[in-house]
Amino acid sequence: MALNRDFIGRAYSSPAPYEVSRLKIKEFAAAIGDSNPIYRDSEAAKAAGHPDVVAPPTFPIVFALAGAGEGLNDPEFGLDWSMVVHGEQRFTYERPIYAGDQLLCTSTISEIRSVGRNEFVTVRGDVTTVDGEPVCTSFNVIVERGGAK
Amino acid sequence: MGATIKWDEVEQGQELPAAEYQVQRVNLVMYAGASGDFNPIHWNERFAKSVGLPDVIAHGMYTMAQGGRYVTDWAGDPAAVVDYGVRFSSMVVVPDDDNGATISVSGIIEEKLPDKRVIVVLTARSGDSRVLSKARAVVQLV
Repeated sequence: MALNRDFIGRAYSSPAPYEVSRLKIKEFAAAIGDSNPIYRDSEAAKAAGHPDVVAPPTFPIVFALAGAGEGLNDPEFGLDWSMVVHGEQRFTYERPIYAGDQLLCTSTISEIRSVGRNEFVTVRGDVTTVDGEPVCTSFNVIVERGGAK
Repeated sequence: MGATIKWDEVEQGQELPAAEYQVQRVNLVMYAGASGDFNPIHWNERFAKSVGLPDVIAHGMYTMAQGGRYVTDWAGDPAAVVDYGVRFSSMVVVPDDDNGATISVSGIIEEKLPDKRVIVVLTARSGDSRVLSKARAVVQLV
């Protein structure tokens, strides 16, 4: 079943601020196998000129889709998660993410297109601090296999 | 704060040293926990095969993270990456053995931009497949 195009342009906000912790950054760095001390040792991060430990570039995936879930999971949208694969991902960064950041994400279903039998959904996530400072933007393309038939 | 590579000292077309990253099942279990993506295709062979996959496959974001690690290791500072995007063109199949899979990453400086930035284009392969396509990072050099 085709996805409901009425959802294009709908925006969803993260339910609560995401608080970035040193431990979560350390856990994420360990999971991707990256031993860079800047991800786990605040003294090493400070020596490199950062205020605290830095998050790896792909870290925003941990929270960037939290708000969009409300829209993507809406039965009216018609998405069959068992057929979903990740098609593309891009991040643009205004600044690095640091331990201690309190982040909000507004997710917008920006595009839905059919390519062959598949549906492509682009979700844009605008990440800011709770004070409104822009931090990064996530562009996530998910593919529903067979969804366009 | 900042990269350790100087913009003046790199050239368009320059190849960056290639790197290989091993991925085993335990890495995918750790990544599931750290990222919150518990889709069983990334840890449950029985489930993966039931939905037509050859075996357990790595999270696309795990592969993207290896490309990110490649770029940040080269640049010398994770904060130097100002834009990073990929297309997931093929899957990384991770067998349940002592070796797992290998992700081979290489990069080339495609373009030198103003403000001491460069575009690095990445190639990531596993087995015979190109697992990332249109993989590019914009890096702020000094």
